[in-house]
Order: sequence, then structure tokens, then C-alpha cells
Amino acid sequence: MKAVHLTLVRLSLGLNMPVSLLWAVDVYGRVYSLSTRGQQWEQCRDAVLEFKRVTAVQQCCWGIACDHHIYLNVHSSDVPIRYQEETFENQRWNPMDNFSDHLLPSDRWQWSNITGLEHQPLDSFFLPSTNWEWEGDWYIDENFGGEPTEKEGWTYAIDFPATYTKDKKWNSCVRRRRWIRYRRYKATDTWAKIPSEGHSGPLPDPFNDISCGGWEISEEPRGRLSLWAVSLQGKVWFREGIHHHSPEGDGWEEVSLPGEVVQISCGPGDLVWAVLWEGQLIVREGITRDCPRGSSWVVVDSPNPEAGAIHVAVGDNVVWAVTKDNKIWYRRGINSYNPRGSGWIGMIGEMVMINVGLNDQVWGISCEDRAVYFRQGVTSSELSGKAWKAVNVPRDGDIRSHSSASSSSLHSAGCFFSGEVRAQSVMSEDSDTKNGPQRAVLEVGACPSSPPPDPPPVDPDAPKPRIPKVTSDSFISEMLSDRKVKREGPTTAVTAGPSIPEEEASLREADAKSPPLALVLSPSLSGGPGDPQWSNVDLEETQTHLAVGPAGVRGDTADTCSLSSVATYTLCQEEPYGADEHPLWAWVSGGGCGVDCHSQLNWFNSATALSSSVQSMSLSISPAQTAAWRKQIFEQLSERSKREMDNFKHYEQAIEQSQSVWVKKGAMQWWRDWKPHKWVDVRFALEQFSGPEGNQDGILFLYYNFNEEKKYLHAFINEVTILVPVLNDSKHTFAVYTAERTKQRWPIRLAAATELEMHDWLALLSVSCCDSRGIQGPPSKQALWSVTCKGDVFVCEPSPSLEACPYPTPCDQMFWHQVGGHLRLVECNSLGVVWGVGYDHTVWVYTGGYGGGFLQGLASSTDNIYTQTDVKCVYIYENQRWNPVTGYTNRGLPTDRYMWSDATGLQECTKANTKPPSPHWTWVADWAIDYGISGGTDREGWQYAADFPTSYHGHKTLKDFVRRRRWARKCKLTTTGPWQEVPPIPLSDVTIIPCGAQSIVEPIPLWAISNKGDVLCRLGVTLLTPAGTSWLHVGTDQPFKSISIGGANQVWAIARDGSAFYRGSVTAQSPSGDCWYHIPSPVRQKLQQVSVGRTSVYTVDQHGNLWFRQGLTPSCPQGSSWEHISNNVRKVSVGPLDQVWIIADKVQGSHSLSCGTVCHRLGVQPMEPKGQSWDYGIGGGWDHITVRGNSFEAPRVRMPSLTPSLTASLTDPLRTHPPRRPLSFRNTEENGNAVRC
Amino acid sequence: MADDKDVLRDVWFGRIPTCFTLYQDEITEREAEPFYLLLPRVSFLTLVTDKVKKHFLKVMKAEDVEEMWFDFEGTPLKWHYPIGLLFDLHASNTALPWSITVHFKNFPERDLLHCPSNSVIEAHFMSSIKEADALKHKSQVINDMQKKDHKQLWMGLQNDKFDQFWAMNRKLMEYPTEEGGFRYIPFRIYLTMSDRPFIQKLFRPISSDGYTHTLGDLLKEVYPVAISSDDESKRYQVVIHGIEPLLETPLQWLSEHLSHPDNFLHISVIPAPSD
Repeated sequence: MKAVHLTLVRLSLGLNMPVSLLWAVDVYGRVYSLSTRGQQWEQCRDAVLEFKRVTAVQQCCWGIACDHHIYLNVHSSDVPIRYQEETFENQRWNPMDNFSDHLLPSDRWQWSNITGLEHQPLDSFFLPSTNWEWEGDWYIDENFGGEPTEKEGWTYAIDFPATYTKDKKWNSCVRRRRWIRYRRYKATDTWAKIPSEGHSGPLPDPFNDISCGGWEISEEPRGRLSLWAVSLQGKVWFREGIHHHSPEGDGWEEVSLPGEVVQISCGPGDLVWAVLWEGQLIVREGITRDCPRGSSWVVVDSPNPEAGAIHVAVGDNVVWAVTKDNKIWYRRGINSYNPRGSGWIGMIGEMVMINVGLNDQVWGISCEDRAVYFRQGVTSSELSGKAWKAVNVPRDGDIRSHSSASSSSLHSAGCFFSGEVRAQSVMSEDSDTKNGPQRAVLEVGACPSSPPPDPPPVDPDAPKPRIPKVTSDSFISEMLSDRKVKREGPTTAVTAGPSIPEEEASLREADAKSPPLALVLSPSLSGGPGDPQWSNVDLEETQTHLAVGPAGVRGDTADTCSLSSVATYTLCQEEPYGADEHPLWAWVSGGGCGVDCHSQLNWFNSATALSSSVQSMSLSISPAQTAAWRKQIFEQLSERSKREMDNFKHYEQAIEQSQSVWVKKGAMQWWRDWKPHKWVDVRFALEQFSGPEGNQDGILFLYYNFNEEKKYLHAFINEVTILVPVLNDSKHTFAVYTAERTKQRWPIRLAAATELEMHDWLALLSVSCCDSRGIQGPPSKQALWSVTCKGDVFVCEPSPSLEACPYPTPCDQMFWHQVGGHLRLVECNSLGVVWGVGYDHTVWVYTGGYGGGFLQGLASSTDNIYTQTDVKCVYIYENQRWNPVTGYTNRGLPTDRYMWSDATGLQECTKANTKPPSPHWTWVADWAIDYGISGGTDREGWQYAADFPTSYHGHKTLKDFVRRRRWARKCKLTTTGPWQEVPPIPLSDVTIIPCGAQSIVEPIPLWAISNKGDVLCRLGVTLLTPAGTSWLHVGTDQPFKSISIGGANQVWAIARDGSAFYRGSVTAQSPSGDCWYHIPSPVRQKLQQVSVGRTSVYTVDQHGNLWFRQGLTPSCPQGSSWEHISNNVRKVSVGPLDQVWIIADKVQGSHSLSCGTVCHRLGVQPMEPKGQSWDYGIGGGWDHITVRGNSFEAPRVRMPSLTPSLTASLTDPLRTHPPRRPLSFRNTEENGNAVRC
Repeated sequence: MADDKDVLRDVWFGRIPTCFTLYQDEITEREAEPFYLLLPRVSFLTLVTDKVKKHFLKVMKAEDVEEMWFDFEGTPLKWHYPIGLLFDLHASNTALPWSITVHFKNFPERDLLHCPSNSVIEAHFMSSIKEADALKHKSQVINDMQKKDHKQLWMGLQNDKFDQFWAMNRKLMEYPTEEGGFRYIPFRIYLTMSDRPFIQKLFRPISSDGYTHTLGDLLKEVYPVAISSDDESKRYQVVIHGIEPLLETPLQWLSEHLSHPDNFLHISVIPAPSD
């Protein structure tokens, strides 16, 4: 029972974590993987051959099989690896044949690449290997720069190297068209052989070691990896050309060496170390973005002069080594400037090999028992970690794991001895203060069935277990010879010893047949390794028996174990034959295993593992909330109320409720309403009282001094429309809006002394505002969701009259309240399915909870709140000016901008003084040059221009006197909210059908765009499973950026080139449709975003124009033309009633101007889908809104027409501004944008 | 689906209908009418019985009045135990309203603490909270609070202001996510038939190997008698706030949701009714 609740917690945490794999090879060469969410090693069945080594990264795993060939296992993904081959067909006009393939002798080939320099007929394209297949045949690309061409895809020009247009003109002498064909990598989830050929024929000798990494060196090309290999003769080879579209790479290049290498290790970044045959280590230097192979080697001495190194493992910032005496060493002082580090530190434990995985987490194989160990407590501040902990899960072949049986019985036994549990926890806590070996033993002891890393005190004559040399090639065969014996005596590797007779028998048997085997197994026989740890613990009665174990000689073991098993082991008695061999591991690779020290893993205690696997099955049926104990409490509490209160309501209350007003006071700063604006100290108070109907209400008071006179300002809590936190690095501020303040674009801005104080106030005010409006619990299905440019998420409960016509609820009176979490966009539908996408493109599904973040306690649900993280980049610019003497330097003109600045150049931003956006964000990486900036860069990341501030380009010309480059630094936010991650594909856009599915099992269409631009269709989304099950990839000829699905499954999308597409034939039966129809964009506009309601289709272009699609009819779902509606629009959301909401820029209030304002289209009616004018709501600083949940039809009221006064107040000031003018805010103290973007 | 937050409200707003009668030997000028009141389960007797005192003083002479105290069926009621606990412990299977006898004489010095003013209750209440936080967070949370925050907790209880109390109390209920719970669970187990006033030990919500401890685990550890084995009939009831949670209820959850305002989980172990 007790395990059950634990696993509930663990599972719920675990669900938040994308699944990734730890790979390992056992001594027989069988490959296993262990999922971070799994509880057993899964054998890789399709590996026909035995494997020697594996090296994993997140997307794939490389291995050397016993045939010495290299194999690649690419993990399958919902988005396939597909590569677009293209070639151009060229034609020239002549009076005789019109356009024909008769080209001039000086012309390019009839079939060529885009430059015309290479001859590329269709039949010259071959699949790179048998691991690829063609998706279809060649076809003509009819899209030309975002615009559809004539039927045959021809583009015309005067002559060949010239600009092409889609229209044929009188002087068009040549034409060309583009043919495309896709090939797809098919060998996923299987071991595909990589031909071992160098650039100059077959390699001279077979491979002995490989290591994969280097994905952090460069983001271009996508998915680039470095693969290093060592041959039997000690040569090192580097595999060229591995990236996303070429998972196998191109070929091997030899790397020159100062000696013979036995083993190599490559980290995620630029760290590569290798071990020389003589026992020294070599470090690769000069690894850069341009040269991932590096340039030279430096030798580092072995940690121990007597025993040379035999193994090295590197990560991002760490190096671990193993010497010939199996001692482990940690390298001090490693960083990106000093890949060599500064010195060795000896660590506890003996290992045969070590592997450093993601997040610098460390894995090892113990020399003692060949178990896989995980280094606990490795954090970025403590990279060496704390202690080794055995990964203790069964393999999928083990039917009944003996170790788990014994450990669970041990545990249940423990419960019967009073004082035991507590004593144990006290012990382990005490051990925190001690260091080194003691602690290691105890921590391992916490998982009872695992053997200790230190040898138990056996008698000194006992020979040390003989471990085969890993580096030797004879190793596999040696181990294979063991296997025969091993299979005959499967019970020999028992980890605890209740099954005594069998053990003795097999021991003799084993002794007789194979002495080395017995030696290997000796530690596990010397007293049942599970026991000694438990004798450390205060097991009162059992202690006397168990303590004999380690001290006793082998013969005694039988007695003690049988005694203890009689005393306590009930489970073991039931299955004396349940023992299986204890797995012996040879190699482990954590390079693809996304864990860190906070990960909740079910790997370290078999008892937990078993029970949680049981639990995980039942979890899907009975979620935590319906657990029996919880139900019981709810039921009994309501029974209690009935019993104790129902008949006694006429009794007097002991404490009268009306007698008190509760006041909370504090000191704050207030951004003064009048000029000169500044922060002034004020007293702040919230008075709360019960209203006449028992509802809570309150008033906010702000007391300030004006000309020595005491004054105050107040706001009724039930008039507050929103509380917006505005954290920055200097002040902890928040903004309070009322309808009036929204009209003014001038909120009450307050600053608390500390972040804690601010959060207290916000949480309190938030609860009181919600109380006064009777809002409780999670947002309704109809709720409007919005996101600010700070990533804060707000919801609004729509009133039925929100979409009423002609008198809707005014936008500025809508009440918004915050929901925890950090998102870039959020999309919902009217059934309550809500998805969000973070700044780092991570996908989140709404769990049905509320609160999180600073909304703690009453303002938050207890369940359904999970940890959420987000990562974004902070950018600064390095600016330089050219002078004739020294070239570009950081000495600018006196009038120039700061040499380190923000994008505008107005603010000085140095690497040292730039802080994360708010105290909630922490740096997670160092500053790095950003090559991905628009306009392109040179090899060092510089962009050139004639002068600041103009447009920059990526190459230097004679006219360029200044240059700049962008530096990026990643920072991370950790918060909580009602969101759970939907791994593994990062998205840039998502859309859910706004109306539809009525039953809870009916699939809900959901489409998305991956951050790489792939179009995806989610399968299995229902009300019960809002996260869905898997992605279906929908092919496109180019990357996409926005998508929306509306009523009747109309799917519209925008490609990266700004063109619009309509997806044909999407139905419930064919959820992904059949083909894309290219819809021409409005003239000379590149579209940015699309939203499809019940029937209306709206798009926003890159210049902020809002367009309505005309002429949509059921027979012509693609419509006929675009009609301009408005400018200064950033985003649009069209709902299930065809209601139109936007995020608008430049909204003029009575006091100030705001950008990023929520606006509502008024006058939208079935016959008038374009509406008439805008109504302005909350803002600025808003980035996204979705109204696709609000399907409240307003009660129909017939009204003659809009009254003149109303129309007057709602005329469209957006139109009064000239279009396409970029916004500029010079005055940084502008108040209109409380949440500054 | 009901939310866990509703449990907090149910706990806070639990009321026991009570009939106060004056002890027969008290000297009165005229007959004293019984006084009926709904007592908050989470409060303290002397904090909520001003009305009772006023009621009975009307019929008594000032010289006959000493410190007021209460008994139930001859057992003096300790004011420093929460009311709900007193009821569960002494009167859970009796008929409602709860019949309490009011005394103004012969204060049982051996059984009860004096309660001259509300400040004594406040001191007792705050010391309980501090003790609880010492167990839960090594006192870190309560020490970080300001004097006015402490006052807010007390005023919340005194004035029966759920929001006011919980706005502060939630901080006392927080814990680091990675630890999965408090350091130790502040609990007290009360036995009707024991000389010890209560059992209180150090007990963690999560065992060192990651198991979530349940109510059953706690009882097994500190008072195994309370758990009846499967084959015998139930001998004891384990009551918190008038309900019997299942033994597999996680202790951490109980501590967060069913603790009294003094932050202790007060658990009564009472003999099961024989029928």
C-alpha cells in the first residue's frame, strides 16, 4: 500500500519528463535500453549480432558489433527524416520551337542545379544507401517565392543568370522550373550497418571504440553530430557529414595522432579526450564551429603515475577517467577556455568504465559487481556529484527478479520492528555530515538489494574478483565462454540468500566447472550483499542474525540466511526458485538520457519499480483524485457536516461573522499619476469585508502625500479588472487596472520592497478579486486565454453577453485573472482542450488545475500543478567601427552607440552587467555568438553596415565602416502551473478545432507546426486524453509557420515564405486531408498568421494588416480574394461564433498609448462577418489571445441600430495612423505599456 | 470533482452543536436555562464561550463566580485542546447536541490549565504553531514571518476568518518539491484510556528510500494496537475531525489538509462502539 502513493507522486512527476533512453551492453554483447519512465531494461531484440560498444545521443545510438562494423540505430519519430532533392529544368526560346530544350552552347545544362553549374538530370539522383527510400516520383514545384505560378511551374527571365519572374514577358528568352522529389530515411529503430569506407577506399583495420557528441558546437546544419572512432591499431577516425538529413554521415577521415589510442570520448560541446596505449591522455584542441574535428592534441598525464589511464569520459564541462587499478578520477578546472583542466581528484569507488551523459550526469559500471551505477547529486554547481547509486531494475527477460522479491520482503519485514524505519532515516541523515566511503555505502544501503560498492569484509585470503579487461578485444569472447556455464547454474548470482540449498549446490557445480566464474561471483556469495547494509540500520531483533552475515565464512551464510528468512521473508519462501542471474554489464552510454539530479527515476529500488508498474497500469483507470482514501475523506466530511450541522442550523454561532473588517496594510511605491512621473512612497491597504449577501468585497487604499497634504486614492476590489505582475531586474512591480484605467491606458503601478512581498500582495489581491466576482476553481471551457509578452498567462470568464450584438460587454470591463505557467502562446477550444507552447517551443497541455506560480494556497489547486520550465535567450550586441590604422576596433566615434549595447544601441549592455530578465530567470549557459540573426553573418558572426543604425548584411564591402555581432545567452525559468509537457517534438504553432466533438471519446482535430516548420496533425486527442497520442506528419514542400483549423475541418496554413495554403479534404475519416492548395497572398504582402473560425478566415501579414477572406462558400472553401480590414494588428483569433479578437498595436488611451492590446471586433454578425469597429480591452504588453473556447451565443435582442454616441466612441483610431510605420518608444517611462515589450 | 481546497473549508467551518448547562451545585438566583451554541471545531473552548459566560452570569451572584471551566460526563475538558478534538475524544459516539456542563467553582487544578485571558490562548496557539514548524521546516518559515504575520494567523482563528488565516498559513504548508513533504509530520495521537496525554514522535512523511508514509504506517510505528488485523473485529476508531480516514491516506496529505490551525494533526484513537 505504501508504495502506491509514492508512485502516484512519482508518476505524476515522471509524466512531466520526456522519455529518453539509457543504453547498455551486457557482457554477452546483448544491447539493452532503459527508459527514464521505465522500470526494466528492454533488450534490443533486432540486434542480431552481439555488440561491443554503444554510444548514444538523443536522436540515435551508434554501436560497434562483434563483426567490428559500425551500426546506427536512429530512433523513430513522428516527424520522419526526409530530404528534398531538387533539380532545375532549363529552356530557351527560339523562334522555331518556341521554348524548348535546345539551349545555346554557352548555356547551362538542360538539367542543372540552381546555379546552373552542375549537370543534374533526374536519373542522376540515387539513394545514398539502402537505408533510404523514395517517397514518390519527381514533380514540379508550382510555388515561386510564395506565389503560385502557372500550371507548369515555369519562371521566366531575360537570360540565365538573372532574376526570374512568374510572368512571361515579351523579352523572356529563357525559362526554368524546379523539380522536387523526397527521399526518406527508413531504417529507424533498427541497427543499420554503416559501410566502413574512408574517402580512399576501405579502412585498413576494424573499429574498437566510438564516441558520439558535439551537437552543441553548431546549430548549422541542423542535428550535426561528431562521431569519433578508434581502430584496433589505435588510429582515430572522424566521421564527416552527420546531420539531421544525413544521419549516416559521408565518410571517415583519419585524424593524426601523437600515439596509439585505445579509447576516445566526445562530449556534447567541444570537449574530446582520448586515452593512449601507454596510459596518458590526450585532449583535442581547436574544435570550433568551423572545424568540428579540431586541430591538435595536447597530452595530459595519467592521474596515477603507477597505473596509467584506461578509460576517459567527457561531458560538457567535466572529464572523468579510470586508471588501470580501476580507480576513478575527476578532472578539476575544465571549462570552454581550458579543455585540459588543471588537476586530478581521486573519487570513491572502483569502476571498469564511466560514461558522462546529458547534463554532465555520470554513469559507471562497477568493477565489483558489474552493475550500472548512477552518480547522484551531479548539479551544475557540484559537477562531481555525491555518491554512486546502483540502477537496480530487472531486465525484460527476467520473469521474477529475485532481488526485487527480497528487497520488498525486507522492507515489509522492517515494518514489523518498531523504531526501524525512523532509525534508518536518521542514519542516512547523519551520514550526510560524514564524507566519502561511509556515505556511499549507506546510500547504496538505502536500496537493500544492491551490493555495496566497497567489498564486504571477506577473509583476506579470498582472491579478488577477476574482471576481464574491457579494453582488450578478447573480452567478448571471454565473456561468451562464460555464458555456457552461466546458463547451467542460473541461480548462482543470487543477491540475497534465502534459497540456500540451490545456492550451495550451484556453487559447487560452478566451482567444479569454471573457477573464474566463481571468482567473479564471489562478492555476491560472501554473505548476501543485501544484508550488511541492513545491519547498519537499527533492525533490533534481526540485527543479531544479519550481522553475522558479513563476518561469517561462506558455510555460515547458509545458516544466517535461512534464519533470517524464516524470521521475516515471507515472500521469498513462496518463490525459492525465483532467482535469476544478476546482470553483468560491460558498457553504458547516457548520452541520450535526459536526466538531471532532480529527475524522478524508478530505477533504484526494485520494490518500487514493481509496485509502480502495477500502479501505472491502474493509474490510467483511476486517477489520483479518485483514490479511495480521498473519496472516503470527501464523503465522510460531507456526512459529518450533515450529522453535526444540518439539524442545528438554528443554533447561534459562537463567533459572529459580521463583526470585523480585515485590513492588510503595507508600504509600497507608486508610480505617480502626474508629471514628473516618479516612484513615490505610499501606504497601501486592502480592506476586506463581507458584502450584504455574504460575498467578500474590499477596497484598495493608497495613501500619499501631495504638497504636505495627506491624500488617498482608492479602487473597489470588484472594479479591478486585472493584476499584472511586471517583474524586472530592478523593481518588483505590478499594475492594477480598472475599466477606467484601461481606457486611460494608465494603470496604478505599484512596487513592493521584495519579490516575496509582491507575490503575497498579488496572491491576496487575486483571491479577493476572484472572490468578489464569485470566480473559483479552474477556468471554464468557454474561457478566453491570453499571454503577455512576459509569458504570463491570463484567463477571462466570458459573460453570455460578451458576443452580444449590438450591446456586447465592453472589452475594458472584462475581468482577467492569472493562471500559473510561462507560455508564448496558448490555444483552446470550446470543449476545454487547451494547449500551450513555451518560448523554448516546448509543448504543454492544460491539466484542468488552476493557480501555480505565485498563486499558492487557496488560489491554487493541489492536484494538476506541475513544474514547468522555459528557456529563452537574452541578446546583446557588440559594435565596432573601422578606422584606417587598426581596422575594426571597439573604439567608436564619440557620437557612436555603446560598444556593447542592446539592439537599439541606446542602452549599454555588457556581458558582465546584463542580467536575466527577472530574478526568476537564471543563466544556464555562457555568452555565445549568435550566427542565426537575420541578414546573415560572416564566420565570426559579424554583420556589416555603412553606419549605425542601418540595415546589416553578412559580408564586408568597401562601404562598410561599422559592424556588429549579436551575443546570446540562454536563461531558464522554473515555475509551476497547471501544465504537463507533451514531448518530444517542439512546436511553433498549434490550433484546435474550435467547435465539434460532442462525445468524450470523439477525436478532436488538432494541428500544429513544429519549430522546424513541419506540419503535424495530432491523433488521439479527446476530452479524456487532451494530450493525444502521436503526431501524423503532413508533407509540405517548404517549412510552415502558422496554422488554423476552423469549422467543418477547414485547415488553413501559412508557409515561411508568406504564402497561404488551404488543406483539401480534411474530414473526420481522413484527419490529415489530401493535398495543399496554394492561395495567393494579398498583393506584395507576406502573410504571418491565420485564424479560422466557424466560417470566417482572417490572416495577418508581416506589416500588421488584417485581412478577411472573401467569397468562402461550402462549394468554394478557398474563397476568392483578401479584403483589408485594419492595420496595426499583431495577432488575430477567430472563435467558434466567428467572433474576431486581435492583439493590436498603437491604441491611444486618454493618458497614454499602448502596444499589444486586446481588441474585440464589434458588429460581427452572420451576414456581416467583417464587423464594423474595434472595442479596446486590456493592454499593452499582450502578445497572444485565443477566444476559440467561447461558444456562448448571446441572447438575441433586436435593436434598431447603433446609437450615435456609441458609434462615436468606437470609431477606429487604428485607421488614423499611417500604416506600416514601425513603432518606436523612446520614452522608456511610458506608462501605457505596463508590461513592456 | 471536489477539490482539496474544499477539505480545508470543511475542516475550518466544522461546527459542533453544543448544549451548555450549568452544574447543578452552582448557586444561582434563579434557574439557569441551558445555552445552545455552534462551536467551531478548530477553535478553543475558552476562546468561543464568552456568550456562555455572559448567559450564566445573568443568573449568578458575582461572589459565586470563579474561573469558568467545563466538563463532559464528569471529565474536565482541557481548553488547550481544540474543541473538535475534545469532542472526538470524549463524545464522538454520543447524541447531539454535545452536552457540556459549565462550572464556576472548584477549578480542577490537577486536570486543567488556568486561562485568565485570551492572550494565554494566543500564547498557547502560537507556541503550537512554532513547534509544528520546527518539525516541518526547522522553524525556518515561522521565523521568516513578521510579528504581524503571526498576528494574522491568530486573528484569523479568533475571528473565524478562513481567508485571513489561510493567506498566511499556506506558507507553513509549503515544502520543497524535491523533498516531497515536510521534514517531520507534526502530529499528536490521543488515547482515551491512557495516562499519557498523547503520543508525539518524530515521523517523516517519506521514508529514506522514497516510500510515502501513510496514516497506517504512522500508527504501526507509534501505536500499533490501534490497527486491527483483518481477522478480528475493529477495536479502535482512528478519528480526525470527526471522520475516519482510510489507513492508506498519505500522511503528508493529511498534515496539509486535516491539521488544526495550530498546524498539528490531532488524531484520536477511541474504542470502537461495541454494537
